[in-house]
Amino acid sequence: MEGGPSARIREGDCAVLKRDEVFKAVSVLRRRKIIFEKQWFYLDNAIGHIYGTTFEVTSGGNLQPKQEVEETTTETKEAGTDNRNIVDDGKSQKLTHDDIKALKDKGIKGQEIVQQLIENSTTFRDKTEFAQDKYIKKKKKKYEAVITIVKPSTRILSTMYYAREPGKINHLRYDTLAQMLTLGNIHAGNKMIVMETCAGLVLGAVMERMGGYGSIIQMYPGGGPVRAATSCFGFPKPFFDNLHEFPLSKVQSLLSGTFSTETLPADPEENALGEEESNGLSEEKQTALQETGEEPAAEAPMEINPTEEQDTMDISAEDVEFKETKEKENKENVREKHIKQWERRKKLKEAAALLREKNADGLIVASKFHPTPLLLSLLEFVAPSRPFVVYCQYKEPLLECYTKLRERGGVINLKLSETWLRNYQVLPDRSHPKLTMSGGGGYLLSGITVVLEKGKSDSSNSEALKMEEPSSKRCKLQDLPC
Amino acid sequence: MSFVEYGDTIKDGDTAIVFLGHESMFPVKVQHGSVTQTKYGVIRHSTDLIGKKYGSKVTCSKGGWVFILHPTPELWTMNLPHRTQILYSTDISIITMMLELKPGSIVCESGTGSGSLSHALIRTVAPTGHLYTVEFHQQRAEKAREEFREHGVEHLVTVTNQDVCKNGFGVSNIADAVFLDIPSPWEAIGHAKSALKAEGGRICSFSPCIEQVQRTCLAMEESGFTEINTLEILLRVYNVRTVSLQIPDLGKAAEDNSSTGFDSSSPSHQGSSCADLQQGTVQFKSGVPLREVVGHTGYLTFATKSLV
Repeated sequence: MEGGPSARIREGDCAVLKRDEVFKAVSVLRRRKIIFEKQWFYLDNAIGHIYGTTFEVTSGGNLQPKQEVEETTTETKEAGTDNRNIVDDGKSQKLTHDDIKALKDKGIKGQEIVQQLIENSTTFRDKTEFAQDKYIKKKKKKYEAVITIVKPSTRILSTMYYAREPGKINHLRYDTLAQMLTLGNIHAGNKMIVMETCAGLVLGAVMERMGGYGSIIQMYPGGGPVRAATSCFGFPKPFFDNLHEFPLSKVQSLLSGTFSTETLPADPEENALGEEESNGLSEEKQTALQETGEEPAAEAPMEINPTEEQDTMDISAEDVEFKETKEKENKENVREKHIKQWERRKKLKEAAALLREKNADGLIVASKFHPTPLLLSLLEFVAPSRPFVVYCQYKEPLLECYTKLRERGGVINLKLSETWLRNYQVLPDRSHPKLTMSGGGGYLLSGITVVLEKGKSDSSNSEALKMEEPSSKRCKLQDLPC
Repeated sequence: MSFVEYGDTIKDGDTAIVFLGHESMFPVKVQHGSVTQTKYGVIRHSTDLIGKKYGSKVTCSKGGWVFILHPTPELWTMNLPHRTQILYSTDISIITMMLELKPGSIVCESGTGSGSLSHALIRTVAPTGHLYTVEFHQQRAEKAREEFREHGVEHLVTVTNQDVCKNGFGVSNIADAVFLDIPSPWEAIGHAKSALKAEGGRICSFSPCIEQVQRTCLAMEESGFTEINTLEILLRVYNVRTVSLQIPDLGKAAEDNSSTGFDSSSPSHQGSSCADLQQGTVQFKSGVPLREVVGHTGYLTFATKSLV
């Protein structure tokens, strides 16, 4: 059931463009203009090639698989030993701005422009070997535009989102997401509860790790779940068969036993309608811009932009069905609407039934909301001896959550943590940590559920404290100045 | 139970985790008639464990109690018998994600060591994937086989006892990912490349020293690996504590008691001894870093094998 995309790029695939460290998710469609890193092109020629192929953008926006070129290094290597005689007079480059622009306009290959820049640099020969290396690399990056098309994965999409749209995913850094998946023991066959407001990225990561086995109940705020990032994964259809959703606003009634699908508000329906309209608009704009050949400011679907969350890529069956009904007569439309509502209700009932069993294998929370109320309620649906993980961009709410969970009981091994991620440059004689690192990727509170004893309160509470307190007490003593 | 499938109740033959308290737990093999000693007294498997729900509180003979937990690779990592240095969950999680592992993935690993990473890999690739793990130390290889059998995951893993640098992984063109945790990974890069699928895959090498990383990166480049990237991940754990800081006595107390601006809300919970000494304290919750944390485990170098 691993299914997934094949090794070759096919029309309709969800793919990711990569240039150096920059990613962008796109859907592979013929004659659709793509703008990426200040370049425009069509993906038509990429279809049929294997994922991981690197392309060059040629005239007319065509992609050409990049040939492995033998690096013909400039004649005999000449290099200085230090920079004592190199003066920054701003005149070392003999080519002017206009010269370079002319070269570019002539359609000369980036590689040749770099060569010309080197030849016209008076100081190049005096630079140290390492400095020459660095110079070439910098110029290559600017003039030799190559794009690699890769298959989407949690690794790529979480890196992409963190770099491009961290606000959309509450600044959840990819290594933090990796911790969540491991701490949560996410694997095939689980019955997971996921509550996220990370554009569906966390949901997608959980779905990838479950490989279509088991079930997921996504708790959503407002009118419906956001799955813009989920759709970028390009999961096969069966992965969505056991993906359920349940409105957060119904949690209390479900817990108190007053839940009924009859009171279901119609807002999800309206929400879907709104989405549909905005999609139509963006698509029209897209084609119009393609025809005029202008560089559209609005980006194609699946790109990370402000309109993206309302995009077509939500692969949910309802959307597809809805699209079909759109063209039909109004009467029929109403009838279809009723059927749809009935189906929605049925799905909701299924999700409610799954939750009512109170035997979920784990809980993952990563949202913009305060974690404490979410945890206190949603943990009710989790079986004992199962892990849970809560993400928060800030530490303070998790401190409170920790305290409240201790008061509630039914949880052990509570741990508040954070990871630091440091990247390295590894080159002969030039290895060191990269100059910048991410300042923060959020915090996690994790733990394990245990059987919550009825009428517990004070006694078990104090005992729990007895169990866990000593270590911190010891620290306290050590912390005292002597 | 198995390490790749949750079960509700404790059964004969299960491996369960006895949780005594913070950072204090151990694994136990559940057997009819068997007993386990803890500092809270004896646990009798037949009556105290078998048939009980995982996550239950079990009262021991001296009246103290423990929780019995379902095993997971993460709990196993914290409790396994060390035969070598092991990888911990922080590194394991980034390895799993960066190698793009998921159900169905075929992974090669060397060395098996104590099986800490192996259990996590098996969990992730189950039920349709497979782990080929190579360990040149015969005893360790056998011990690992035995554990995989006990943990109900033997069908998902093949342990080979050979030298990966000389003989490779024993498979070719089938792996989606390769992981190396050996002293001289650069000697195994060629074998790693041939173990990976023709259309490509991911590789990761774990090394504590930068010199090892240096040589590994060179070898990867020579073998045509791309996207070579070295990183390090560090875990910071915080203790949640209520801290009180004293309000300094600036001599204002005699003149105006309420001028500190703090005393309205906070001093209600303070210790009486503190209250006698000065006007007040301010209390707050803090996440306090541990006094000593792991500063380095190893560098993780990732790369991609692409076609041609």
